[in-house]
Amino acid sequence: MALNTVQPQTPGFVAAVSAGAGALFGLFVGTAQGSGFIGIVIGAALLAALGFVLSGMREREKPLRWLITAGFLIAGLVLGGISAAIVGALFGWFAGWFIFWLATSRYRAHLAPYLTPGQVLWHYTFRVICGAIFVFLITPILVVMPLSFNAQDFFTFTPEMLRFDPAGYSMKHYEDFFSNSDWQNALWNSIKIAPMATLLSVGFGTLAAIGLSQPHVPFRRAIMAILISPMIVPLIISAAGMYFFYSRIGLQGTYFGVVLAHAALGIPFVIITVTATLVGFDRSLTRAAANMGAGPVTTFFRVQMPLILPGVISGGLFAFITSFDEVVVVLFVGSAGQKTLPWQMFTGLREQISPTILAVATILVAISILLLTTVEMLRRRSERLRGMSPS
Amino acid sequence: MKLMNLTALVATTALVAPMAMAADMADEMTIVSWGGAYSKSQLKAYHEPYSEKTGVKIINDESSAEAVAKLRAMNEAGNVTWDVVDVVAADALRLCDEGLAMEIDPEEHLAAAPDGTSAEDDFGDLLVGDCFIPQIVYSTTFGYRTDLVGDNPPTDVCAVFDLETYPGKRALEKRPINNVEWALLCDGVAKEDVYDVLATEEGQEQALAKLDTIKDEVIWWSAGADTPQLLADGEIVMGSTYNGRLFSVIEEQKQPVAMLWDAQVFDLDGWIIPAGLSDERKARALDYIYFATDTQRLADQAKYISYGPARASSAPLVGQHADLGIDMAPHMPTDPENAKNTFLYNYEFWADYRDDIDAKFQAWLAK
Repeated sequence: MALNTVQPQTPGFVAAVSAGAGALFGLFVGTAQGSGFIGIVIGAALLAALGFVLSGMREREKPLRWLITAGFLIAGLVLGGISAAIVGALFGWFAGWFIFWLATSRYRAHLAPYLTPGQVLWHYTFRVICGAIFVFLITPILVVMPLSFNAQDFFTFTPEMLRFDPAGYSMKHYEDFFSNSDWQNALWNSIKIAPMATLLSVGFGTLAAIGLSQPHVPFRRAIMAILISPMIVPLIISAAGMYFFYSRIGLQGTYFGVVLAHAALGIPFVIITVTATLVGFDRSLTRAAANMGAGPVTTFFRVQMPLILPGVISGGLFAFITSFDEVVVVLFVGSAGQKTLPWQMFTGLREQISPTILAVATILVAISILLLTTVEMLRRRSERLRGMSPS
Repeated sequence: MKLMNLTALVATTALVAPMAMAADMADEMTIVSWGGAYSKSQLKAYHEPYSEKTGVKIINDESSAEAVAKLRAMNEAGNVTWDVVDVVAADALRLCDEGLAMEIDPEEHLAAAPDGTSAEDDFGDLLVGDCFIPQIVYSTTFGYRTDLVGDNPPTDVCAVFDLETYPGKRALEKRPINNVEWALLCDGVAKEDVYDVLATEEGQEQALAKLDTIKDEVIWWSAGADTPQLLADGEIVMGSTYNGRLFSVIEEQKQPVAMLWDAQVFDLDGWIIPAGLSDERKARALDYIYFATDTQRLADQAKYISYGPARASSAPLVGQHADLGIDMAPHMPTDPENAKNTFLYNYEFWADYRDDIDAKFQAWLAK
């Protein structure tokens, strides 16, 4: 008895906890339909009743869960068409799983047996909170994707889209992006500016990081702080400062001016990642190379560079994304001739809400995911090379 | 009188035109406008024909919303990169007062109407300030969802304040201008007294008290694209925005929306030339404005967007929409059928009272 705390729960307990979950779902569904309060009440009542009844029929879990899923699917289909049926089926599946999970005490199975009910409650509340944070962070990005295939010119889920009618979807915003000269100019400007800025950031940033990692350099910390400052100073301040300075020296509104400004913003990222890689770099290797007759330049390119390359590349990727996503500085330092993608999105969003922006956003999200995956893979490779991870 | 004007005009054009042509003109210019459908209409009606005629390369900047701030910064930095800027009249007056815009004499620098009427008479009252060449008349007015108002579509602006007949959210611009005028009008103040009442402390409180009756049901917008999006979503039952935006929602996007023209507020949008341009660029900018504000060009713009041309002589030339093929005249805010009850943005009043009423409005919003 003492060890086996996994016992079936009472119908009252199951009903009460299920009611809580039902109320949470009811809040979302009810708000979407116009009244959050009614949603909470209906959701709570529905799941409480189901929980109360089902907790007495634990032996027939499988068929009952299928039944609940099917029941909610049909209810959704009748009340609101295909999309509601999908929501209903998901909800029904969850309700069935949740009720039996509670009723058979499976929720305690993986937890230490000595935990008090309060601790168990906190254990799961904590996970629900984490899940909610995750959902709130990710949903706005995910919502953009189906909307970018909208057949209409608004940010609206039309009834056709919700019915999964092919007529409600179209590629026209993607076509607009690839055929509209404003968007294409902006894309090309971004493509021309970002790699140049990245190249400069990587060059200067790597050199600065190597220099600053030499122990004999005076004022290392002060120099480091100045070089990192573009990351800390509010962007709008840097932008205004650059605007007035570049205007005086004739760089404002030129391609080179924007590249320089973006390079300044990218350098801190490169310095930080390269400095971090240099921590694991064994200096006796450069001395060994020198001992064998290699000059400093040869040593750098043949010995040091290959070893710190992952740090350089990930810094470069951050610098690239910084330039590619940047809107504040380019608004000040650039002129209409250097209009980049984020600038075009910014004016587009303010003047005319067009789903082309969503199509571009979807494309950019895909590119960002690709770039970040690359960074992560490089990071793992460098860890492996330095023997920091067991594999 | 008329004859004298005409001879003077012929004489000046005969003198000035060849001189302007003879001067060196820049072969590239940056024109600043609002973006979206509005910039597109200017591209089709003005920029493309002008580039074709002169070979000038036109760069479009869509920064009109920040024009005042940016021109101040450019002036301070001593580096004016814009040649011609499209701004609303109120901004033009501010820029003119601060010496950031060049004074333009309409008689000297603008084309006469085809029948010989001088530019000054052709534009008439719309020539406000010394630096501003009006281009279009637009209005801020209401659109409503036809499927949300039942069998009783609103016909006057006070429907906005009538929550019983028209329940639901409404969108209003997040500033006092226009909103306080409508509030007073619907609170029983006669139209001709609106600005006298608004000039008093009690009048301002009266307007805010009227707005207070619907405050809970208002979604405040700040960009022209907001209300069309909210209407298309069905989030609001009615909302104010620029008439051209509503035209696009109704005729181009085919949404269940209709116009409520009652008590629409006219405003002007047009060109200024920044002060401090070099001689070549100034000559080019003036040459562009001479071309872009002539009678035919202004009428051409109405083919692409439903804003009324600022010249009296352009009105009869307004034709059909370039893509939709519908007559544009009935969609103009200035059409007699639509303009039965209108306001003109009161530049003098708002120049004097804007800061004061803005502060009160913001305080009221935060309550």
